Amino acid sequence: MTTSLQNGINTLLAQIDAPTASFFSSCVHCGLCADACLFYTETGDPKYTPIHKLEPMRRLWQQEYTFWGKLMKGIGLSKPVTDEELAEWEPLVYDSCTLCGRCSLVCPVGNDIVYMVRKMREGMVASGHAPEGLKGATQRAIELGSPMGVNLNTLKAQIKHAEKETGLTVPLDVEGADYMMVLSSAEVADYPEIIGAVTRIFKQANVSWTLASDGFEGTNSGIQIGSSDLAAELVGRIVRAAKRLKVKYVISPECGHAFTALRWEGPNLIGRPFPFKVIHIIELLDQLRSEGRLKTDSKDDTRMTFHDPCQMVRRGGVIEQPRKLMNMVAPNFVEMPEPGVQNWCCGGGGGVSANHRAEPLRNQVFSRKKAQLDAVNVKTIVTSCSNCRSMLLDGLENHHMDIEVIGLTELMAEHLAEDKKGSAA
Amino acid sequence: MEHETLEQRLHEQGISRRSFLKFCAAMATMMALPPGSASAIAATLAKVKRPSVIWLSFQECTGCTESLTRSHSPTLESMIFDMVSLDYHHTLQAASGHAAEQARDDAMKEFHGKYLLLVDGSIPIKDGGVYSTIAGRTNLDMLLEAAEGAAAIVAVGSCAAFGGLPNAQPNPTGAVAVSDLIKDKPIINISGCPPIPAVITGVLAHYLTFGALPALDALGRPKAFYGETIHDRCYRRPMYEQGKFARTFDDEGARNGWCLYELGCKGPTTHNACATTKWNGGTSFPIESGHGCIGCSEPKFWDAGSFYAPLPAPTADIASVAKTAAVVGAAAAVIAGAVDRGKKTQLQQSLVKLTVEDLKGD
Amino acid sequence: MVTQEILLWVRGTGLQIAVAVFVIGMVFRMLHIRMLGRKKSLAQARGSEWSGGLRTIWKRSLVSTRLSARGYFTVIAGFIFHIGFFVTLLFLSQHIDLIRAVLGLHWPAMPRGVIDMAAVLSIAAMVALLVHRFVDPVKRLLSDFQDYLTWLLSFLPLLSGFMLLREIGFEYITLLTLHIASVELLLIVAPFTKLAHMFTTFMARWYNGAVNGFKGINI
Repeated sequence: MTTSLQNGINTLLAQIDAPTASFFSSCVHCGLCADACLFYTETGDPKYTPIHKLEPMRRLWQQEYTFWGKLMKGIGLSKPVTDEELAEWEPLVYDSCTLCGRCSLVCPVGNDIVYMVRKMREGMVASGHAPEGLKGATQRAIELGSPMGVNLNTLKAQIKHAEKETGLTVPLDVEGADYMMVLSSAEVADYPEIIGAVTRIFKQANVSWTLASDGFEGTNSGIQIGSSDLAAELVGRIVRAAKRLKVKYVISPECGHAFTALRWEGPNLIGRPFPFKVIHIIELLDQLRSEGRLKTDSKDDTRMTFHDPCQMVRRGGVIEQPRKLMNMVAPNFVEMPEPGVQNWCCGGGGGVSANHRAEPLRNQVFSRKKAQLDAVNVKTIVTSCSNCRSMLLDGLENHHMDIEVIGLTELMAEHLAEDKKGSAA
Repeated sequence: MEHETLEQRLHEQGISRRSFLKFCAAMATMMALPPGSASAIAATLAKVKRPSVIWLSFQECTGCTESLTRSHSPTLESMIFDMVSLDYHHTLQAASGHAAEQARDDAMKEFHGKYLLLVDGSIPIKDGGVYSTIAGRTNLDMLLEAAEGAAAIVAVGSCAAFGGLPNAQPNPTGAVAVSDLIKDKPIINISGCPPIPAVITGVLAHYLTFGALPALDALGRPKAFYGETIHDRCYRRPMYEQGKFARTFDDEGARNGWCLYELGCKGPTTHNACATTKWNGGTSFPIESGHGCIGCSEPKFWDAGSFYAPLPAPTADIASVAKTAAVVGAAAAVIAGAVDRGKKTQLQQSLVKLTVEDLKGD
Repeated sequence: MVTQEILLWVRGTGLQIAVAVFVIGMVFRMLHIRMLGRKKSLAQARGSEWSGGLRTIWKRSLVSTRLSARGYFTVIAGFIFHIGFFVTLLFLSQHIDLIRAVLGLHWPAMPRGVIDMAAVLSIAAMVALLVHRFVDPVKRLLSDFQDYLTWLLSFLPLLSGFMLLREIGFEYITLLTLHIASVELLLIVAPFTKLAHMFTTFMARWYNGAVNGFKGINI
């Protein structure tokens, strides 16, 4: 066992860098970040103020990395961080933060608060203060290959199903393909239609692609629980598979944190640049659209809206692409209030969905999403994150709302033009 | 050898009762006494016996005496010499040498405990006070001796009152004010470089009329004359309020009589009666002639930076201090940063890799 | 010591000490933060850190997110305070005299009426913000001793400055001395408290914006 208070503190101190120090130095306690956090706006409880979730880490920074703090610590006037305090902070750091990054957007002095929550979680897990649900999910991801317990056999069954439905071959372990598609376990388990959808789209667009039997799981519980060590192990599997298959691109699935894990954190987790590029499926679809390779021949008149996954917009920069795709097939596409980078989280990101303890709170704060949806009165919500999709379905059910939720890739596949030229894949 | 009364004296000098009453009325006005008090002053002054005054000049420039004696005659100022019996004054007395010193000794003996001691000039005390001597005696010695039997001391001019020019940095003679040396006598400071003559007269008139010193401010100056600042009573004050400032001595603003604040006027921090009493028989005062107040009636006015630097300007070199501080701060940060970095690297290396076993429960 | 001598001291040695502590402290603080370093991202960049950093330095001065009533109150009162503070600091003719004396730079002053209004609004905003800090649950939870100390230290120069301009309560010289002394106190304490945000906010904004710039996110 290496988790301990000391280990947690040391981890936190090792995590504190120049940006963190500049953020803590700049905070004027104005409390504006509270307004950006749905856990505060929906509960009105001041303890959910984002910057407050970092209090133990702030004190460590002050005590160890500032002139005055060192002086105070030297004469015994500072309050040390205790195990009890970290235990008390655990629900604040995990249950009431989806790493959505809205607070980082509103802070007037420019603090990237979620950047620090990510770091705070490193210390929390190293001190043994991570929620059981997330621990279990991470453990399953490491030991079974997926937080939901999905394994290669499940995937193979879904592939077989998709092949039967589409009449096309789903490439698996094709060496030398241009693109390696990665999935999220939620897709394999709950939304397997995605496999058929990408197969048909890629067939039409003539994209050379493959799935990998040893690197198909894109979600990364390691990042959510806040352990770079474990996250590196998970991302390493995909890197190994991509190298083995000598692909040029790895496609991140419709999963927000998978995108962050692969696109932005991945190379830093394994400590070297990737020998391939990472692209989100929606980015790729929009690229195909702009190249004229993604063709649709029908439209859906249903009034629908698009839910921006936090990791795709605020933290990922994929903002315009889904809208361009939506506009291809959905003439009655309407934006929710505060769309794009300002969108409100589904409430289950950042590992909250895997944390059973957080469920009542998550359901409570869904009221924010509900308000956004009530304002547009749609029949369908389209999104590009399978976790958001599950959370939306859950929330809608709990709030007795009758709205359908689908993935954007599937929506595009539904309206795919019949390939008349019959290109050879 | 009792002195005659002022009335007798004035009569001998051919000064009419009318002039005398005018003088009393002016004094009453200057000291902001009730209108009716002029006649009371006249009545008292007329009967009072002229006191003996000993005037000691120390480290000074004679400007104070000049200021007093060059005033127009016959005026209020000249009356000072009629109000008192000036028994010793270096510059003005006819006697010289031993005879002069003798006159002082006689007056001190005869009027012991009753004479007024007027002092102009500061007193050097460094090296035993050797930097200014009279008749072989140091100023310090002479002051201590004369003060002993004085009823009260009037420090005339900023040098006697606050140390003045001789006291300015680096003060090579160790010049100090009368009040720095004499603690057991009433002292009244009539500061200014030079002081306004009418103020000296006014204070003497008050002393003679009421038999006591007038109300003094924290610096021992008569409140009646030093209660307000030049700025308070300056005729250019509206310009200050409107933000109309002359920027050079010959610009449009200067010609239009705008406020001289930016040209270094110390009016706002200077207490004196120049703006109301004025100089040269009420002709004008410095600001009226286009030059800012230099603050001469305040302590340390020579050390308060340039006369032409505005009040908000620092009186010391700030830019160099800031440059040096930046270098010191940077050096300290590099050292502290290196220490922190070392600590961080050590911590990072000491961390044991987290494994899935660590998640498996307690 | 008499008032004149205290004034001389605060205009000279006192100011030297305050400026020295402020500059040493601030340079130390900024460089010390910088020295903690940051890992260069190994991910493939989609944009520039610098353009993102600089954009955020500018854009965080504006409000881009919808806020609640308490949020708007904070933002508006904060704006009024900061603008009032900087208008009086930079455009009162007496302050320009000081800057010219130290740096040799100068620019036109604003009319006294504008300055008076800015000062009054700024003071009112500060009082409102203090009251809000007492009554708003979020701010009350976040606040510690330092928040009240720094409020006071920022308030005193404004208040004494306004009183000095209008010669309220005390003599000019007393008010001038108090005003300068209050500024010196502010300078001395600033580098060691949250007042350091006057400079570190630009670092914070840059770092925040750099991450987004690197990712090619235009926010």
